[in-house]
Amino acid sequence: MKKAFALLLAVATLLCCLAGCASDPATDTPATSDTPDTPATSDTNDTPATSDTNGSNNTFVIGGTGPLTGGAAIYGNAAMHGAEIAVEEINALGGIQFKLMYEDDAHDAEKAVNAYNTLKDNGMQIFLGSVTSAPGVATSAEAYADRYFYLTPSASSTDVLGGVANPLTGTVDIARKDNIFQMCFMDPNQGDASAQYIKDNNLGTKIAVIYKNDDVYSTGLYNSFKNKADALGLEIVSTTTFTTDSQTDFSVQINDAKDNGADLVFLPMYYDAASLILTQANAIGYAPKFFGVDGMDGILTVEGFDTSLAEGVMLLTPFNADSTDPAAQSFVQKYQERYGDIPNQFAADNYDCIYAIYEALTKAGATADMDHATLCDLLIQQFTSPDFTFSGLTGENMTWNTDGFVSKSPKGMVIQNGAYVGMD
Amino acid sequence: MKLKLSKTTRINFLTYAVVIVAFVVFQSLSSAGALSSTLKGQLVPICAYVVMALSLNLTVGVLGELSLGHAGFVSVGAFAGAVASAALTTVIPIPALRLAVSMVIGAIFAAIAGVLIGIPVLRLRGDYLAIVTLAFGEIIKSLITNFYIGIDGEGLHFSFLSNKLSLGEGGRMILNGPMGIPGITRISTFAAGFILTMIALIVIFNLVNSRSGRAIMALRDNRIAAESVGINVTKYKMMAFVTSAALAGAAGCLFSLGQNTILPSKFDFNTSILILVFVVLGGQGRMLGSIIAAAALTILPEVLREFADYRMLVYAIVLILVMLITNNPTISGFFARLFRRQKGDET
Repeated sequence: MKKAFALLLAVATLLCCLAGCASDPATDTPATSDTPDTPATSDTNDTPATSDTNGSNNTFVIGGTGPLTGGAAIYGNAAMHGAEIAVEEINALGGIQFKLMYEDDAHDAEKAVNAYNTLKDNGMQIFLGSVTSAPGVATSAEAYADRYFYLTPSASSTDVLGGVANPLTGTVDIARKDNIFQMCFMDPNQGDASAQYIKDNNLGTKIAVIYKNDDVYSTGLYNSFKNKADALGLEIVSTTTFTTDSQTDFSVQINDAKDNGADLVFLPMYYDAASLILTQANAIGYAPKFFGVDGMDGILTVEGFDTSLAEGVMLLTPFNADSTDPAAQSFVQKYQERYGDIPNQFAADNYDCIYAIYEALTKAGATADMDHATLCDLLIQQFTSPDFTFSGLTGENMTWNTDGFVSKSPKGMVIQNGAYVGMD
Repeated sequence: MKLKLSKTTRINFLTYAVVIVAFVVFQSLSSAGALSSTLKGQLVPICAYVVMALSLNLTVGVLGELSLGHAGFVSVGAFAGAVASAALTTVIPIPALRLAVSMVIGAIFAAIAGVLIGIPVLRLRGDYLAIVTLAFGEIIKSLITNFYIGIDGEGLHFSFLSNKLSLGEGGRMILNGPMGIPGITRISTFAAGFILTMIALIVIFNLVNSRSGRAIMALRDNRIAAESVGINVTKYKMMAFVTSAALAGAAGCLFSLGQNTILPSKFDFNTSILILVFVVLGGQGRMLGSIIAAAALTILPEVLREFADYRMLVYAIVLILVMLITNNPTISGFFARLFRRQKGDET
């Protein structure tokens, strides 16, 4: 009998532990900002501004999820750092204050929802969404149901927004989620733009495509590129794929492109795989033109990659770290001082997200004591209003409409002497 | 105790009791609003992981074969169930009923996969079997990555390798190849997870305590001896393997219908290993151990968010410590003495 009692006690203790851990940060007021010692998130609590404004209650709590660990960590950390710089600048201005919280989602939809729930428990009012697409699809559905305003820097899949027709079947698979907005280009826009760009500038006649067929981003871009290329009469002579498990050896794909006489290879993928393709193509002496997308941005910072191989690679990207624009220069300088490397477009997009939210909050006259649903309605109203335009690092006079995607045009860049140069 | 119960029966009833008590406690906490959103959001996945661990424990602990492809069966159940649920939305409008039907469909598909895989795999033993199950897990992942399923007024449309579907008016894509199922209507509830866990326990305990179960364990303990007394190796191995696959399929369906989106790449080798870790940590053949290990290890990474960047490091250290402690002879000896003394008190 004693044994059973002991076990019962043990179970009860365990349950108490769990309940205790969980209900700890359950205060959903933004007042959590006056406990700057919670190390739960890599936030910007150590900036002097937050501690000054404890009493004044004009601190908005902004949350975001991203892959801070794992294979995609480079994107999550870049985005988080970009937002941290923007928050620091805004807090130094006085007036509206921000408290930024980032939670790790390890590029996994299930963990992203957990991260989102943690942010909710910690009193988040405005959501920066997820950095990558697959988690973005999950968190956007949650935020839509819970009414949190959602502006993602880089989750470019159409399923994040909803309401966009599938380029292959023409069907709308997910209804529009009205509080979800994107700062980056949507995948189909980018695929379309790439095909259009190649056609308009006569960059190639025989095109090969290598894409990653277990990746939402890469497949989305390929589908829209293929669709647009067919419509424009571009000839695709070779289409080959790879997966996460096979992204070390590209000899089959490269040889297929070579054997079919492709003079331009379209690489809708992130730069880690692209850098290997460039290296391996060079090894067999195949030198077509390479055309990338915004995920290619960052290829010059890959460790151990011979950047001379990237000479002449073309890509579409919204942000150029070598730009002479003073705002971009100041951002790049601050980023380098704090984090030691050159910011990529993820950082710039998220920096813009924070400023866009800041402008919209200022215009709407929002105060930090409003709850997330009220803020959500106010921000939707601002973002979709015809006179709201935003100019940032990644574009001038950007606007949004009720569809949620941003109106900005990708810039064509080419890599020359180890730097991006505008193509036009 | 007046009632004479065998040791296994007592442990079985204790397992049921723990599950019921945990459900009642968390359900009442949840309806009282005392649970954090994080924990509330994890209730369904925890149940799903618990059932996955229970089902793998049947293969690993009871049948004694190391399977490294369990996520493959989970994946079959998850996708079959989610597609079924999407297709049946108008036919069965009641969510609870639709969930039950979807789970049955998920379990059937996973069982079929179990039979197909079991035929070649169960001819092998030990490391060879482990490696082949690993390969099958990867094959299932690759197959689902290349499946396209759409629905319109005329019903379901399938396409393989590339999306060649042309859907009629009002149609929509359900399964989108590598993008998985992006828009799932969540119908899984904690109560459904509890019921599935209870069903899994009842199935497993009754199987293990039956004539067939003893035959299965005899095969595990000494195959040659078991064969020599006329036990049909293939039949009993298959029985355990397919039951395990079907339960995993139902768990997969519970999991997928509790998520907004699922990707084929979710159910990879790492997920198989994760489930195996639950089983090994909880103790092979011990169902209560699997339940506690699965629940604790699912919650742990979220609780450890306090440690920010060191989270996964701490998780790994906790895992190593628990493994060391549970296998430490001094500590287990201490507990054994403790229990013996208690028994002495009772008599």
